[in-house]
Amino acid sequence: MKMSASKAMVECLKAEGIDTVYGYPGAAICPFFDALLDEENTIRNILVRHEANGGHAASGFARMRGTPQVCIATSGPGAVNLITAIATAYADSIPIIAITGQVATEQIGSDAFQEADITGAAEPFVKHSYLVKDANEIPRIFKEAFYIAGSGRPGPVLIDVPVDVQKAMIDFSYPKSVKIRSYKPTIKGNFMQVKRVAKALKNAKRPLICIGGGVFASNACEEVRKLSEIMDIPVITTMMGISCFNDEDRLFFGMIGTHGVKSANAAANDCDTLLLVGARVGDRAVKTPLALEESTTIIHMDIDPAEIGKNIGTDIPLVGNAKDVLSQLLEQVEPMKHDEWVEHLEKYRKPRKFPKAKKGTVDPRQFIEKLSAAMPADTTVVADVGQNQIWAATSYKLKPGGRFLTSGGMGTMGYSLPCAMGAKMACPDRTSLQICGDGSFQMQFMEMATCVQYGVNVKIVVMTNNRLGMVRELQDIGFNGRKVSVFLDGSPDFVKLAAAYGIPAMRVTDTRSMNKAIDALAGEDRLMLVEVCVDEDAPTL
Amino acid sequence: MKHTISVLVENHSGVLSRISGLFSRRGFNIESLAVGPTENPEVSRITIIADGDDHTVEQIEKQLNKLIEVIKVKSFRPSDCMARELMLLKVSATAEKRQEIMTICEITESKVIDLTVNTMTLEICDKYDHLVKFVSLLEPYGIVEMVRTGTIAIQRGNETITK
Ligand SMILES: Cc1ncc(C[n+]2csc(CCOP(=O)(O)OP(=O)(O)O)c2C)c(N)n1
Ligand SMILES: [Mg+2]
Repeated sequence: MKMSASKAMVECLKAEGIDTVYGYPGAAICPFFDALLDEENTIRNILVRHEANGGHAASGFARMRGTPQVCIATSGPGAVNLITAIATAYADSIPIIAITGQVATEQIGSDAFQEADITGAAEPFVKHSYLVKDANEIPRIFKEAFYIAGSGRPGPVLIDVPVDVQKAMIDFSYPKSVKIRSYKPTIKGNFMQVKRVAKALKNAKRPLICIGGGVFASNACEEVRKLSEIMDIPVITTMMGISCFNDEDRLFFGMIGTHGVKSANAAANDCDTLLLVGARVGDRAVKTPLALEESTTIIHMDIDPAEIGKNIGTDIPLVGNAKDVLSQLLEQVEPMKHDEWVEHLEKYRKPRKFPKAKKGTVDPRQFIEKLSAAMPADTTVVADVGQNQIWAATSYKLKPGGRFLTSGGMGTMGYSLPCAMGAKMACPDRTSLQICGDGSFQMQFMEMATCVQYGVNVKIVVMTNNRLGMVRELQDIGFNGRKVSVFLDGSPDFVKLAAAYGIPAMRVTDTRSMNKAIDALAGEDRLMLVEVCVDEDAPTL
Repeated sequence: MKHTISVLVENHSGVLSRISGLFSRRGFNIESLAVGPTENPEVSRITIIADGDDHTVEQIEKQLNKLIEVIKVKSFRPSDCMARELMLLKVSATAEKRQEIMTICEITESKVIDLTVNTMTLEICDKYDHLVKFVSLLEPYGIVEMVRTGTIAIQRGNETITK
């Protein structure tokens, strides 16, 4: 069928099942936006208030739906603004498709108005990118882009489309399949390796499974749970693997790492065989991989062969898609019992005791723990970056069906509100609970307008310590208390700020207001904000 | 240790920058890089000489393989392949030195491709070590200018990069 390339781009999105896009317009992408208007009943276009937030929202949407999702920006500044989101998605292997406008083909390379070499600038952070020079290539490129973003180890793909290319007329038909001779991710595991893994797990006295974000990328939670249950193997998680297991699971021992919990780190230290599933052993998760690799049989399961042996030496590598490989493994294993080992780890589980909070504040960990008890089980918790992230990761007690999202690899402040927004739009029936700090909130609060405009119900929790708390703590511990540039004086009254957007808000300063706020957060699904006043010196752990 | 890495890539614009970017961003040292078309016009072949331990080279190979447009990566041990590099070298040569330089050319199987009153331009195609030696032989005369293509390599016997 003959149509404009921009209309064809919209048809491509429809063919990929896209019903929501997050965009910010400008001259160089106007033909595409114009074509989107014709399909506004099929594809909602959400006008975010900053391009990076469009990328983060697409990321939240993609993580909940499990399919690549779309953000759009204009050329030059718009495209460059998107880079933070692209890099954030890349670090966590989240499939997003970034579509950018570009100056007209004949202007490329001339430093034209709002020209930026975005494919060049984003190269380190994309799984792949395209600069479309021939409009006839659009159907193939879009088909490939969605396939590449969502398959193998997922990641962001960028499509840069010059404005004249958008206006060209093409003969459109969407390809049924992709053929990329140089891209064939390994899905099934090597049979002999699977057998070796089964044997190693069988022989282990103190086996342990450590899961990472890969279990979500490959939708393998059920398989890991089965393996753990059948073989009676305790499980720990990286920050990216949180919520595959929940805090009611007998064999779950929490998050590993510098900011992890004691039971998880002890489990990693004391195990004799460690099965890593879709976890890349980042430096925040495992500080001393050498020590671990010497004392432990390491089995590394990952879809990306480059992750195997990169950060930690491996005894048994197993390349493949976690879901498929675990299914293969499940055929090889038999029920086991590790009572002694599990009992040993139980000793490290201690109920939290909270110190009495300073007047006018509450303990952030206690607040989050109490809140988690009240929230619906299937709440999507989205944590920002900083102390608030660790408080959320370690104190929010997940129930079955809960989901936890955060920017793990890049640690991008400002991720949580747009991500929670995207998550809510992807799954309107789930509560979206966002937790951030007073620093990070000020990097993203403009998205409250987007929430209001499109009626997106996010429960916003801002932890106010008047500090860039995580950095404050680092300066206290690592720089002899020489605190610099961590004071957030001049912050607005967040309750009044929310009111300015017409968003109901309340402040927590004591037990009474805490209980009231928790009731409200756990209650009716609506857009609201709670500011929690916490001690400026409250520790992360 | 030096490693010879051969890479088959789709002949698209931008591929070379993806590859060179990957090396610099991951801190891999490239000693030389040569690129050109193959028997298939859609495919280019890049030969990279990189410095690093085995772990580094393994990572280089794996990271290269992740690039969508990379079709095949293979690293060769020196004993498995034949490697050549082309060099053009302009050396100071007054009339009385010409004969000596001609002798060097004869022994090293290089060619004189240009001559002026006070310089000679030589062409040599050989393996890396021989080029090093060639340069050292000519240094005493005064090297005016030198240009090299970077090493290309092919496997011995019936083996090919795609098997
Ligand atoms: C975009 C960005 N800039 C800087 C940092 C470095 N950083 C990490 S945590 C943090 C402090 C965050 O402060 P706040 O949002 O108030 O959270 P808190 O630690 O106080 O809970 C900073 C500045 C970052 N992670 N991301
Ligand atoms: Mg703060």
